[in-house]
Amino acid sequence: MSTFSHVRFNWHIAVLGCLCALGGARSAHAVDITGAGSTFVYPILSKWSTTYHSKTALQVNYQSIGSGGGIAQIKAATVTFGASDMPMKPDDLQAAGLGQFPIVIGGVVPVVNVQGVTPGQLRFTGLVLADIYLGKITKWNDTAITALNSGIKLPDQKIAVVHRSDGSGTTFNWVDYLSKVSAEWKTKVGEGTSVNWLTGVGGKGNEGVAAYVKQITGSIGYVELAYATENKMSYAAVKNKAGAFVEPTAASFQAAAASADWSSQPDFYEVITDAPGKDSWPIAATVFVMMYKTPKNAGQSKAAFEFFKWALDNGQSDAQSLNYIPLPTALTQQVEAYWSKTFK
Amino acid sequence: MSQSQGLEIDALFHPDGMEGRDHRNDHVFRVAVLACALFVLIALLGAALSMLWGAREAFATFGWPFIWSTDWDAVQKKFGALVPIYGTLVTATIAMIIAVPVSFGIALFLTEIAPAWMRRPVSAAIELLAGIPSIIYGMWGLFVFVPFMSSHVDPWLDEHIGPLPFIGKLFKGAPIGLGMLSAGIVLGIMVIPFISAVTREVFTTVPVQLKESAYAVGNTTWEVVWDVVLPYTRSAVVGGIFLGLGRALGETMAVTFVLGNAHLLSPSLLEPGNSIAATIANEFTEADSPIYLSSLIALGFLLFIVTFIVLAVARLMLSRLARREGAVT
Repeated sequence: MSTFSHVRFNWHIAVLGCLCALGGARSAHAVDITGAGSTFVYPILSKWSTTYHSKTALQVNYQSIGSGGGIAQIKAATVTFGASDMPMKPDDLQAAGLGQFPIVIGGVVPVVNVQGVTPGQLRFTGLVLADIYLGKITKWNDTAITALNSGIKLPDQKIAVVHRSDGSGTTFNWVDYLSKVSAEWKTKVGEGTSVNWLTGVGGKGNEGVAAYVKQITGSIGYVELAYATENKMSYAAVKNKAGAFVEPTAASFQAAAASADWSSQPDFYEVITDAPGKDSWPIAATVFVMMYKTPKNAGQSKAAFEFFKWALDNGQSDAQSLNYIPLPTALTQQVEAYWSKTFK
Repeated sequence: MSQSQGLEIDALFHPDGMEGRDHRNDHVFRVAVLACALFVLIALLGAALSMLWGAREAFATFGWPFIWSTDWDAVQKKFGALVPIYGTLVTATIAMIIAVPVSFGIALFLTEIAPAWMRRPVSAAIELLAGIPSIIYGMWGLFVFVPFMSSHVDPWLDEHIGPLPFIGKLFKGAPIGLGMLSAGIVLGIMVIPFISAVTREVFTTVPVQLKESAYAVGNTTWEVVWDVVLPYTRSAVVGGIFLGLGRALGETMAVTFVLGNAHLLSPSLLEPGNSIAATIANEFTEADSPIYLSSLIALGFLLFIVTFIVLAVARLMLSRLARREGAVT
């Protein structure tokens, strides 16, 4: 019996020793940062975090649950940063103790699935898009659409409207643009991350809308450009404020971003839809990142800033390869100045 | 039988004096089982009360009209539950109309008609179907079933049944493939394994003598099933149907892929709609105002109430049938 108890005693010590070693090993792991929010920015954030991870050991875990979700999560302090296509108002930021800055620019693109129409061929004005989404224009060969597209034979088919079923910053930029160009839209529906759609089916996320538009012939939807190009969908040209029909390209997005006056509002509170300038894409969108001014976990916050600084300074080629627009240099400098002024 | 008599009988069977310990173990066992049952009841009550608490703002703001209002406007902060409730009930009804006869047929086939070598593989295959995650059904529904519906079934329905006077209104709509009919069919397929598994199990418990005597006096297979097997297993079969109905009422991912998520009320089955579970799943994470969140929780509470009402109606029907046959209720 005595030899037996001797062995048991050693066995317990051995187990305790292993547990201590494991506990010690965990603290040597790199600081991971977590973020949540916009599905719009997910492709580029994912690419940046993969590239950054190969250079440093930092893992960026991003959940694309929608802009509203990102705002809710950062307010609840469950993530290091939140990302949203809809800027928070300076008063709300002040009340929550958050700072906000833009990180990348993209655009919302109308996509269609009409037989015989190739990418970039179809033309819309903002008013026609608003009337389609209001349910006033119901067929593809309606005079309002054929008047803009004299070279294309449009079918006598009902338009299947696709919108978002979940709240979304992409929706916000889309309906913000429609509110600016159509007074009827502004009064009947209004703007927000989630609105009372008068017609159509709802897809979950940019991916859901893209899937529905690809499935349903005669459909129209709105997605972020990366989703449209990755899925090889037919995007349309839209008439901008200056009266020119522009296609959604890097140049037209850049023109829209450059036309905005970023220093006029505190915390970069600026929505760049319906931008002036003859080359501007009318439905450009900015992605904002929100972080705490005095964070609970200073290590994670600092790591996040290093990641964003790297992204702003070195991430342009990645962004351009996915058809996002990096911030203009002047804006990058404004953002970095804002960081040193606002965040501890 | 009194306590001391029980102890005496224990003494007969356990002559070495273990009756005290057995008595205690029995007592402990009884308490443990009672605790489990109470736990379930408390969890149920807790869930219902916490949902009611979360929903109090919505009910206070909108009152009873919340249940029959078709509004769903996050900008103007006006919400109403009619569209999700309607969608939930209609898709569940279509699912049951498809699933109950088919499951019944499967159970009948497996117990009465199939040769012995076929029974186990087919039962295993059906149980495997029950294990498929619902999101896989949703993806299959979206990528395989919806195109099939939109290119073959919906146009035919719209053209041939649409113009008819009364039921035509149920089948008019643009052939997009998404809609209540598609969602109902996908749900029906999902629910078949549950109902058929329970029904088949229960059919095998019918005493062979009952069935054999029915066959002996000349009944056909159908008459044996309808007049002997079903009445014998009635309450268990209804239990199985309600298992399936519960799944159909609460199903989220499969429905949200195929139903279309449109907050629009329409009598047509080919039009998209919305269901309670799909609405909550889609909109819960970014409900940005307290009244929005409270309305979503109120929807959850209403689903609870709907399920409860349906179950109560079924129990009432069952007890009335049993009373007619002379059972003591």
